[in-house]
Amino acid sequence: MATAFQKVYTKISQITKATCSLKAKGVGYDELATINGRLAQVVKIVGDDVTLQVFEGTGGIPTNAEVTFLGKAPSLKVSDDLAGRFFNAYGHPIDGGPEIEGKEVEIGGPSVNPVRRKQPSELIATGIAGIDLNNTLVSGQKIPFFADPDQPFNEVMAMVAMRAKADKIILGGMGMTNDDYYFFRNTFSNAGALDRIISFINTTEDPAVERLLIPDMALTAAEYFAVEKHETVLVLLTDMTSYADSLSIVSNRMDQIPSKDSMPGSLYSDLAKIYEKAVQFPESVGGGSITIIAVTTLSGGDITHAVPDNTGYITEGQLYLRRDSDVGKVVVDPFRSLSRLKQLVAGKKTRKDHAQVMNAAIRLYADAANAKTKLENGFDLTDYDNRCLDYAKDYAEKLLAIDVNLNTEEMLDVTWSLFNKHFELEELNIKKEFTDQYWTKKG
Amino acid sequence: MTKGIVSGVVSNMVTLRVDGPVLQGEICYITTGGDRLMAEVIKVVGSDVYVQVFESTRGLKVGSQAEFTGHQLEIQLGPGMLSKNYDGLQNDLDKMDGVFLRRGQYTAPLDEDRLWDFEPIVKAGDRVQGSDWLGKVEENHQPLKIMAPFQMEGTAVVKSIVPAGQYKVNDTIAVLTTEAGEDINVTMVQHWPVKFAMTNYKEKPRPFKLLETGVRTIDTFNPIVEGGTGFIPGPFGTGKTVLQHAISKQAEADIVIIAACGERANEVVEIFTEFPELIDPHTGRKLMERTIIIANTSNMPVAAREASVYTAMTMAEYYRSMGLRVLLMADSTSRWAQALREMSNRMEELPGPDAFPMDLGALVANFYGRAGYVYLNNGEVGSVTFLGTVSPAGGNLKEPVTENTKKVARCFYALEQDRADKKRYPAVNPIDSYSKYLEYPEFAEYIKGHINEEWIPKVLALKTRMQRGKEIAEQINILGDDGVPVEYHVTFWKSEIIDFVILQQDAFDEIDAVTPLERQEEILNLVTAICDKEDYKFVEFEEVTRYFKKMINLCKQMNYSVYKSEQYYDFKKQVEAML
Repeated sequence: MATAFQKVYTKISQITKATCSLKAKGVGYDELATINGRLAQVVKIVGDDVTLQVFEGTGGIPTNAEVTFLGKAPSLKVSDDLAGRFFNAYGHPIDGGPEIEGKEVEIGGPSVNPVRRKQPSELIATGIAGIDLNNTLVSGQKIPFFADPDQPFNEVMAMVAMRAKADKIILGGMGMTNDDYYFFRNTFSNAGALDRIISFINTTEDPAVERLLIPDMALTAAEYFAVEKHETVLVLLTDMTSYADSLSIVSNRMDQIPSKDSMPGSLYSDLAKIYEKAVQFPESVGGGSITIIAVTTLSGGDITHAVPDNTGYITEGQLYLRRDSDVGKVVVDPFRSLSRLKQLVAGKKTRKDHAQVMNAAIRLYADAANAKTKLENGFDLTDYDNRCLDYAKDYAEKLLAIDVNLNTEEMLDVTWSLFNKHFELEELNIKKEFTDQYWTKKG
Repeated sequence: MTKGIVSGVVSNMVTLRVDGPVLQGEICYITTGGDRLMAEVIKVVGSDVYVQVFESTRGLKVGSQAEFTGHQLEIQLGPGMLSKNYDGLQNDLDKMDGVFLRRGQYTAPLDEDRLWDFEPIVKAGDRVQGSDWLGKVEENHQPLKIMAPFQMEGTAVVKSIVPAGQYKVNDTIAVLTTEAGEDINVTMVQHWPVKFAMTNYKEKPRPFKLLETGVRTIDTFNPIVEGGTGFIPGPFGTGKTVLQHAISKQAEADIVIIAACGERANEVVEIFTEFPELIDPHTGRKLMERTIIIANTSNMPVAAREASVYTAMTMAEYYRSMGLRVLLMADSTSRWAQALREMSNRMEELPGPDAFPMDLGALVANFYGRAGYVYLNNGEVGSVTFLGTVSPAGGNLKEPVTENTKKVARCFYALEQDRADKKRYPAVNPIDSYSKYLEYPEFAEYIKGHINEEWIPKVLALKTRMQRGKEIAEQINILGDDGVPVEYHVTFWKSEIIDFVILQQDAFDEIDAVTPLERQEEILNLVTAICDKEDYKFVEFEEVTRYFKKMINLCKQMNYSVYKSEQYYDFKKQVEAML
């Protein structure tokens, strides 16, 4: 890669597990370098001493390795040819196809000026009532699934991606198992959707630190299609916990003082820089949007761990999956799941009773949970408790289960039918305006 | 001016070798590839100066030039700031080119060519001191004052002042002669270093005037006052932002400044999308007219995040000096503390608890201390009310930011996961939360005159009922519905009616979102009457449940009805009939 006028350094003064240091002049911060062909990035400059983070690890690097500085930050060549292709963390094809020709763009670019954003307002329909009814997604939103590793989050995410009407779907896979990588590949290809999908994949077989490039690669491609082509882009990032783990490895090797859960003190800013790339552009600049659906795996459902905790403060809600023992199906948990942007579309792009019906349905489901506790503690149940329990079963089966595929109008009708079946009018606490219209039971 | 040369780079911390004197906190600009990057001195070791850069340092090389400015981080204060969207360093975001924020792009905070209708207040020969009102201009119907320079020491005589007419912000509107005989040209613009509190007032008494927010759980249960301080800690998803937005929409303040400090960009977008359409319930004018947004969202440079809260506070103090009531909201102070932590870490300082810098408590205390209700030198009053949110890691309130804030803020609105899960919004815990102002005799005196004498005793009585209700709920959980006397159920349901009718409020319902004080008084009286009634004759607990559920439903329908409408009175009559 070295050209005639690039200086080659051959004297490395220090090697750790992740970094190499050497004396060099005229080096820019964040700049890329190659060390015997391995990619590395400048992370510290003190006078002539330059420290490089080596993505593949430093095993086998000799102290007389050839170091060449490339004079640029990590970048990706963008063009329409990206569509349908699979790449590694450096943006090189892994599908046997040719390299991409196009404009070279530095990844991790600047932020959108907040005043040039538009308030998200387009509903993304997924057909899953646990999402569309209770936690409606909006284009330009960023939202993760909080899930334990054994839950079918990748399957649900793939389903959402296939049903959502997006011009491009960009998959960023970090520490993905080879099996999951093939799952996504097959799902996309079986759906005949390959031509609108772009994937950047780092599998568990690849070096962990390489993962740090994946989200920025995926989002640089997303920005190309959203900003220059004004397309609706959906970005899937799985799994962000693997990404954070790599951050902590690097920070540890750099001797930084760790904060909570051994994560670097800058975790919040690091994650925010990625998630905040989600955006809806106004028509005045031609439209286009980036929506991010991510996965944050939890350890034993613990959301107080630094990764889910910081994520929760950044993203616009979170979705939880849970296996419901009543109906034996995976459901989207209505209590802990939240879409912060739902009120931008609920009742505005959907039927007017949406918000109130949703809240009442969840409240009654909570009453059922209380009744269940009572039952478990051996107390007598009231008639209301029993009705709540019956309702909860219906609600989980007909609405919360992820195998439901309805439009929002149908979801609302189903909910009203459950209200009519199990409850009395005054148990709903819904505005009269709506009960006049949809409450059919006499009495 | 002193110059420097870059000798090291670690993320946004840069070391410079300098050739002359520098100030701690001095601002400098580092030139790289045609961009000028603003930076602030944070540590000096001999001729090595450590600066934090307010921008990305990508591509910065050893040997790049830096120029010092001779002053600390300061902002410009003058007419033309209302309805603006600024970044943390007071760049006007609307004036920036392009969709993306370009590094090194700085824009003027004030509109230099705009003409203002100026009217003098003083005349030639008058003696004035720093911050005295020299004249006034009107901006968005707010009477703004043009003041003598804040930094001016001693007194000065007005040598000349321009007659009423149209002037630009940088025009000289007055000439003052100081005691030393020096002439100062005064324009409409003041400069102030953001990290210093403005102390240009005579006295800062204990605040006592209720600041109406239209949020019942605040106004009725835990009121905040003009010039008071409060904080809202809560795990994510418990409605911090919704609550803050509700307060900023409805609060009875002249100016509202919102510092979006390291939070989501879409939340800022929500404000400047909705506020130009929404009406200030107190004046009937557009909300945006009284609002300033300081947006340093989470993806913007970290160092500027710290600056953003100070920028916002300095603006608030500026308007207070004009005798205005300012409400300042910072969302979230935890992000500010995290920015401090990142920097402290890069400087390799010994860490305090949770790796935060050791002086975190002092910084938080100083910041909250800048709020207050003040008597100005001319006898007028002004106030800065400060409400900050805290985002405790893992929702655990035993963490340094929450603990340090609790020591200094007088109101505590604890958002609770459990309430949020049950969709009992706003999820402010009625038992843990408090307002110290309820204990102030000054406040009690004010409420006596402003509402009535029974208000505070009634509120305290309901608080006790909430406490009692919680205890009984626990007993019922242990003993079962049948295991406790029927009266226990009555007590429990009385606390539920307080919760459902007063505390819970639908921020997304047009009518329920705002409850004016008069209406709060009426609903408080009604709920008190329901609770004070002792002669309920229930035989079994299911009867109690049915009765109170019906009552709650009717009261809620009342809350959803237009105040004093036919429908409203209809529901009220039904409630009274049930009593």
